[in-house]
Amino acid sequence: MNVVTDKLQVEDNKWIGTRTIRPDGADKVTGRASYAADNAMPGMIWGKVLRSPHAHARIRSIDTSKAEALPGVKAVVTAKDIVDFPIETSVMLGIQDMRWMCRNVMAREKALFHGHPIAAVAAINEEVAAAACALIVVDYEVLPHVIEIEDAIKPDAPILHDFAKFEGKPSNIAGTMTAKLGDVEAGFAEADIVVERTFRTRPIHQGYIEPQACTVSYSADGRATIWSSSQGQFMVRAMTSLLTGVPQSNIRAIPAEIGGGFGAKTIIYLEPVALLLSKKSGRPVKMVMTRDEVMRATGPTSGSFSTVKIGAKKDGTFVAAKGDFYIQAGCLPGGPLRGPVGCAFAPYDIPHVLSVGYDVVSNRSKVAAYRAPGAPLGAYAAECVIDEIAETLGMDPLEIRLKNTARSGTKAAYGATFTKVTFEETIESIQTHEHYKAPLDKNPRPGVKRGRGVASGFWYNAGGESSAQVNITEDGNVVVTTGHPDVGGSRASIANVAAELLGVDHGRVSVLIGDTASIGYSNLTGGSRVTFASAMVVTQSAEKVIGQLKERAAKIWKIDPEAVHWENGEARPAGPNAGQFPPLTLADLAARASETGGPIGAGVQLNTAGAEPGFATHVVDVEVDVDLGIIRVLRYTAAQDVGRALHPSYVEGQIQGGVVQGIGWALSEEYLYDSQGRLENAGFLDYRMPVCSDVPMIEAVMLEIPNPKHPQGVRGVGEAPIVPPLAAISNAVHDALGTRFYSLPMSPPKVLERLDQA
Amino acid sequence: MTDIRYVAPQTLDEAVSAFAAAQGSARILAGGTDLLVQMRAGIVRPGLIVDIKKITEMTEIAETAEGGFRIGAAVSGTTLAEHGSFGKAWPGVLEAINLIGSKQVQGRASPGGNLCNGSPAGDSVPAMIAAGAVVTVQGPNGRRSMPVEAVPAGPHRTSLAPGEILVSFTLPPRPAGSSDAYLRMIPRTEMDIAVVGLGANLTLQGGVVTAARIGLGAVAPTVLLVEEAGKALIGSRLDDAALEAAAAACRAACKPINDKRGTIAYRTKVAGVLLKRTVAIAAARAGGN
Ligand SMILES: Cc1cc2nc3c(=O)[nH]c(=O)nc-3n(C[C@H](O)[C@H](O)[C@H](O)COP(=O)(O)OP(=O)(O)OC[C@H]3O[C@@H](n4cnc5c(N)ncnc54)[C@H](O)[C@@H]3O)c2cc1C
Repeated sequence: MNVVTDKLQVEDNKWIGTRTIRPDGADKVTGRASYAADNAMPGMIWGKVLRSPHAHARIRSIDTSKAEALPGVKAVVTAKDIVDFPIETSVMLGIQDMRWMCRNVMAREKALFHGHPIAAVAAINEEVAAAACALIVVDYEVLPHVIEIEDAIKPDAPILHDFAKFEGKPSNIAGTMTAKLGDVEAGFAEADIVVERTFRTRPIHQGYIEPQACTVSYSADGRATIWSSSQGQFMVRAMTSLLTGVPQSNIRAIPAEIGGGFGAKTIIYLEPVALLLSKKSGRPVKMVMTRDEVMRATGPTSGSFSTVKIGAKKDGTFVAAKGDFYIQAGCLPGGPLRGPVGCAFAPYDIPHVLSVGYDVVSNRSKVAAYRAPGAPLGAYAAECVIDEIAETLGMDPLEIRLKNTARSGTKAAYGATFTKVTFEETIESIQTHEHYKAPLDKNPRPGVKRGRGVASGFWYNAGGESSAQVNITEDGNVVVTTGHPDVGGSRASIANVAAELLGVDHGRVSVLIGDTASIGYSNLTGGSRVTFASAMVVTQSAEKVIGQLKERAAKIWKIDPEAVHWENGEARPAGPNAGQFPPLTLADLAARASETGGPIGAGVQLNTAGAEPGFATHVVDVEVDVDLGIIRVLRYTAAQDVGRALHPSYVEGQIQGGVVQGIGWALSEEYLYDSQGRLENAGFLDYRMPVCSDVPMIEAVMLEIPNPKHPQGVRGVGEAPIVPPLAAISNAVHDALGTRFYSLPMSPPKVLERLDQA
Repeated sequence: MTDIRYVAPQTLDEAVSAFAAAQGSARILAGGTDLLVQMRAGIVRPGLIVDIKKITEMTEIAETAEGGFRIGAAVSGTTLAEHGSFGKAWPGVLEAINLIGSKQVQGRASPGGNLCNGSPAGDSVPAMIAAGAVVTVQGPNGRRSMPVEAVPAGPHRTSLAPGEILVSFTLPPRPAGSSDAYLRMIPRTEMDIAVVGLGANLTLQGGVVTAARIGLGAVAPTVLLVEEAGKALIGSRLDDAALEAAAAACRAACKPINDKRGTIAYRTKVAGVLLKRTVAIAAARAGGN
């Protein structure tokens, strides 16, 4: 469903806003698309990783001699081969600290989780490589381990890192982050009602279908080529460079099609290891993770332990909000504190806010980004407390949100003063939606209860560096190259933009993703930034190309370029005064490019700005089988301000995908560890992501309120939809059962246990 | 690096001799939906694979002289679903087999593989036990038969002797007023493994239960025949007291573990819930017969 609230830029669009066939579609549905593991090279050998069998152990020594002596083994690497970033000095690449990345890629002083890489072998095939791994002798001093947040922050907990101090003492709290507004204690003093609750969530894996994989070829001249799938080939190049010492100019990173990332592929695991194995062996090296390795040793997102307290007046006006968010970082510092700390209360105009995040390390794999990193954790706690306040005050849960929405000029605790806020529109859209107005039979059959819940969410969105090149081919067609791996249909959106601006048929535009040697620097595909940023650089590039086309026509007609118009893919004299000439098409001008000045094309590289934040409001109906404790989602409607939906299918896809991932988070997904700190459910059978039949069709309500700071009005859409579902579903379950769950997932045993107590 | 030999004999005798000669390093391959997964995970490393799908008796569905059915051990779920009359007589057995995996898995997965894999959570096993199926096995010392419930010996272990191959399942003739049903509790709606699975097979005459068998899966090291639950139903009109007694018998039979798939308390409670729900379905079907 599409609600366009502003006709600006919309009426005359021929391609923007239409559901064109995606450029990568045919190859994907016919199995021709080339993913990271599809690459092969002559002379290629295979790399395998030896992983720690202990959750926490000091590495006294590693003896690789037997492995190296095994016939067929070509190279072995350990942490000694990776560039060391000493603890004393932070070296940042974006939000990643190389001190932690070097220790994540290969355990250095200690093995910090079960599955932590200890060494890697390259051999003539996978079997020999695996056999060689088994021959590596590691002398471990096994240490006590700690998995859960609440255990890790106890005073007597085993400490992971001697360097981490909290309040002057060695601690597993490796850092904090605070957002503050007003005086929260004074605020609570003014409140008529205060609700304070503690919430727990479990780590969740991004669950991409494509395991991490790469092939790296290091040549005799010291130049390396990397084929891998990631959310940023430039990140792959830079991080590999930092971790191997090979300069960026000597690394070419070629992005493969990506089979899902959801944030997790904004860091790397294999590429530096494969490069070093290739360098040592002189052969191209391929590495492919198993699903077990993906689950065990690539970052899930954080579990959390949060306390949120909100104070309100009798009329529902929020006066103060406080949040303490303990966020799992995994085994090395760097949990997504910014998500809960900044986003939890951001949709609301609250005068007094204190939001504190704690970065808690424990013996789990280091977390990686996952859609709106950390924001769902904060929203879960805040939006459930808001529901409870509304219930206590006898207010409609959407009314109380509407009463407190941030508006233009509202200052958020995280620092921003909002210019244009479109939160209200998302609430009103749900309020007036048929779903919210439809009666719900709460007791449809014996043993079955139903309930409805709502929640809202916020995400910052982002701009940042992007590059594009738009070239006109000699036969008068268009090739657009950007620097962004396409995880969600961005090529389709860009094709619509380029066709629209140049006035040519969509079928004449090809959109490609450049490698690090063929396009300028482009930051990660993440944070809901790519369609925003790349549409901006593609627009500016296309405008330059149109300028060139006008100049070429002017030259042919011997008139002033100002007197040429570009319309429907043709150059035309601007008016009768300009002269009488038959139009020149793109093909005509391309054919005469050499005689009029050379090839036609232009590129733009920008640090884009103006990404306005995203807001979402969701409503969900659930059904509970009270004898089995199973919760099913019956109906789900998600309203979001999407700016301009350049390609509506992929905007809907983002919203639906985010919601489904949120449903899994709320109901079934969790990391389970045994008493030895080993992950017990490292596969899709027992790590329960929803399957198709578990979820209804998610209705995405796209509110198209153009972002005034973007040429097409684009606003990021990929993160916001995963923020509300955890609370929306929890609130619906409360509506059904009359009891509140303060921890996720609401799995059948947990639900039945609660119902039995009641 | 170890070589794997593969044979696909045409006769049972050849299969048995190849299987027995390999002395434990061989594995039988029916649909392979367990075996190949286990090989990939490095859990089993057979030196010889004996594919039994070329043997007619193993892939046949036949009606017995007495009016029952004999199902070859390697018959796939899809083949069974497409059979003209099997599903009418044994809808519970059929639905249990057809619950295994997805469309793709159904094209291969067999009841013999499901039983011989020895998982306490195998879906077809409780339904087969409830049905009173008898298996025929053949080994170096000839043929023998035994009730299905005698096959599982523990998680991933069976009572088949070395070199023995499961040949077929024989299901008894159906008296009038009989039917069966199978239900499992899984957290998802499909592509999952039973936390509890329950098969119920009933005969009713004039509204009174004259025969009842209950098979219960995933709550103990092996799938169980819960005789007490059957007894509690026989002679009743499926009134609440009888159903509650049968449910209590199922709960009492549970010897589950706490694991990643469910807690002891949860599995025990659900066993009773499934008893009532499954019996209700089987009774409704039997009434229609
Ligand atoms: C995606 C997926 C989903 C699944 N879902 C389910 C599910 O929902 N429920 C469920 O119960 N199972 C499920 N399974 C497991 C599996 O499909 C079933 O157990 C199936 O019935 C096995 O049958 P098969 O013919 O493929 O057995 P195979 O893999 O061929 O054999 C299984 C084992 O039994 C032995 N064996 C097979 N036949 C004989 C014989 N005649 N005599 C002696 N030994 C024999 C084999 O050597 C092997 O050890 C699933 C598997 C997959 C891959």
